[in-house]
Amino acid sequence: MIEQVLSALLAVVAAIGASVTYFYGSNWLLDRLVADRRAPDGTYVSRQRARDAVRPWLFLAPALLVLGVYLVYPVVETLRLSFFGSNGDTFVGAANWTWAVQNEGVRTAVRNNVLWLLVVPSLSTVFGLLVATLADRVAWGNVAKSLVFMPMAISFVGASVIWKFVYDYRGAGSEQIGILNAVVVALGGEPQAWITVEPWNNFLLMVILVWIQTGFAMVILSAALRGVPEETIEAARIDGASDVAVFFRIIIPQIFSTILVVWTTITIVVLKIFDIVAAMTNGQWGTEVLANAMYNWMFRGGGHFGRGSVIALMIMIAVIPIMAYNIRRFREEEARR
Amino acid sequence: MNRRVFGLPLTWGKLLVHLGLAAIVIVWTVPTLGLFVSSLRDKDQLITSGWWTALTASEQTAAGRLLGRDAEATDDGRYVLRGDVLEAEGRSIVAFGLDQTDLRAHAPGDTVDLGGLAFTLNEDGTYVATSDTPIPEDYRERVFYVEAIPPTFTLANYREVLASEGIDRAFINTFTVTIPATVIPILIAAFAAYAFAWMKFPGRQLFFAIVVGLLVVPLQMSLIPLLRMYNDIGAAFGVPSKTYLGIWLAHTAFGLPLAVYLLRNYIGGLPRDIIESAQLDGASHFDVFTRLVLPLSIPALASFAIFQFLWVWNDLLVALVFLGKGEDQIVLTSKLREMLGSRGDNWEILTSSAFVSILVPLMVFFALQRYFVRGLLAGSVKGG
Repeated sequence: MIEQVLSALLAVVAAIGASVTYFYGSNWLLDRLVADRRAPDGTYVSRQRARDAVRPWLFLAPALLVLGVYLVYPVVETLRLSFFGSNGDTFVGAANWTWAVQNEGVRTAVRNNVLWLLVVPSLSTVFGLLVATLADRVAWGNVAKSLVFMPMAISFVGASVIWKFVYDYRGAGSEQIGILNAVVVALGGEPQAWITVEPWNNFLLMVILVWIQTGFAMVILSAALRGVPEETIEAARIDGASDVAVFFRIIIPQIFSTILVVWTTITIVVLKIFDIVAAMTNGQWGTEVLANAMYNWMFRGGGHFGRGSVIALMIMIAVIPIMAYNIRRFREEEARR
Repeated sequence: MNRRVFGLPLTWGKLLVHLGLAAIVIVWTVPTLGLFVSSLRDKDQLITSGWWTALTASEQTAAGRLLGRDAEATDDGRYVLRGDVLEAEGRSIVAFGLDQTDLRAHAPGDTVDLGGLAFTLNEDGTYVATSDTPIPEDYRERVFYVEAIPPTFTLANYREVLASEGIDRAFINTFTVTIPATVIPILIAAFAAYAFAWMKFPGRQLFFAIVVGLLVVPLQMSLIPLLRMYNDIGAAFGVPSKTYLGIWLAHTAFGLPLAVYLLRNYIGGLPRDIIESAQLDGASHFDVFTRLVLPLSIPALASFAIFQFLWVWNDLLVALVFLGKGEDQIVLTSKLREMLGSRGDNWEILTSSAFVSILVPLMVFFALQRYFVRGLLAGSVKGG
């Protein structure tokens, strides 16, 4: 164990050393190889421009290399693999795609992903906005915000353990140790094995992600709320608008672009949701989602890379509109600079 | 608007705000609290009573047996059977009965007839059974009782998971993955971000647009090609395909778009004057970057470092694909998921293991919350 700790530390040192050596070394080499010099006739020749043309690529090379190998190439390769068989060697045409359209498991996964997309971003945003609004009005607001924000630090798997304990089920008659069933029993209901109850178990899994993401929404929206000019609110109040009217007619429109950003950010998290389902049910009882199905197809029966690739692409296709929108907005911003 | 509610300087609306916020905060904290409290409870109590009862004494039913051969004769010509039904310290008798179906028939201190003997069970668990005639050797009677167990908290669950469940090793493994996977991308991204912000080169816009695009590419897209690539490299060079180096590089790549994006926005926002005046003094871009920009960018670097640390520490998927499940490589998240399947009912193990796994992120989070929030704001309000 000590060896492993040492080797990890060594890796950190080696990684930093290698980076530093690369950046220092390559820049030093550049300055030496393309140094200013005197021409044979004695005039001074500056080669600053030549150095300036090369140096950016020295700065960029490691990043571009890593991004290329680990993100760009795989996107192309996954697209290619989606037309190949289980080990990626035999061309099968659109067979994987027709399989995905007809497969019961994939259909359930798509249905559930759509449910997740409808429920989680909206609930997280609404709760986040609610907490941000309420917390600004009380003295203990910062403590409240900190506590609601806390789940952001907890892993999805850790959160799954926490909530699996909330949903825990003991047979009727024995003492319930899960708080949900304890409440149900106290209210005179029948205890349930919640995570096996279709289709409601899906919503119980979504609760976990809402619990985590609300803190994110709250932080972003809270900053946006502080940016709303006081005068606009005052003016509306003087005109006799109620608190509710001020909130919906004055504040919401002004922070609407931020709400959209929060919404899309959580949407991307939801599209990729894997850990919670993998830890809670592994897709049983009608809770399958795309990312979990994809993971299972990567390894099930030795793995079917073609089918796995198709499912990965289904997630990718859902992301493309957001990606296009982001890039367009980025270009607009650049144009304004 | 200075009306008072319950004598407090409150309006009804304000009271509603307090109550509403309190309700949300309670719902948001109770699940974690439950995990924490449970991890400190005795494992027998943990599965028989809810964690919210942890501070009250819990009750448990049990039975004790009286044996005639333990009887003794006393001076006054009576025959007595004495003993103590309670073994553990601190427990007490709530009620007792002679029949399993009626455990609460008698209060402690009552004297009842038990197979011909006058039997008294005291609150502290001691009992006396007396008789005027000798107690036969084969006398045996059972008494049923309800005992109160005082609340007990223990670190035994933690000791168990650290000593025999392999959580200690998983903890070290997680650190082994996390530290390099946090440090490596920072340097690489900082140089690239500076180039994007302050250097001129063809394709600058295009390359950065690609980085913005990569921000949202689901990492599922990378898994299969990378798994194949790692397997091929492993087979070609006769090295294992699941290595720490492999996962460090994977995490570096997956964190890089956000790192470049965040840092470029920050570095690009530094005042143009300082950078240009340094260049007029003859400093190259390399000098400007290392001597000027890097020190000024510490807050942004810290923000990203926290992000990446939490993301890598909490990751499950990348670890499942790129690391083995042997004890020398399994990380906490992976271990927890395995336990949820195999030890699903051993809540004393699950709760304490989970708490070990979330302890470090929580500490980082509460200590550096300011930087974390700043990073979140920079990452999503400006961009997308």
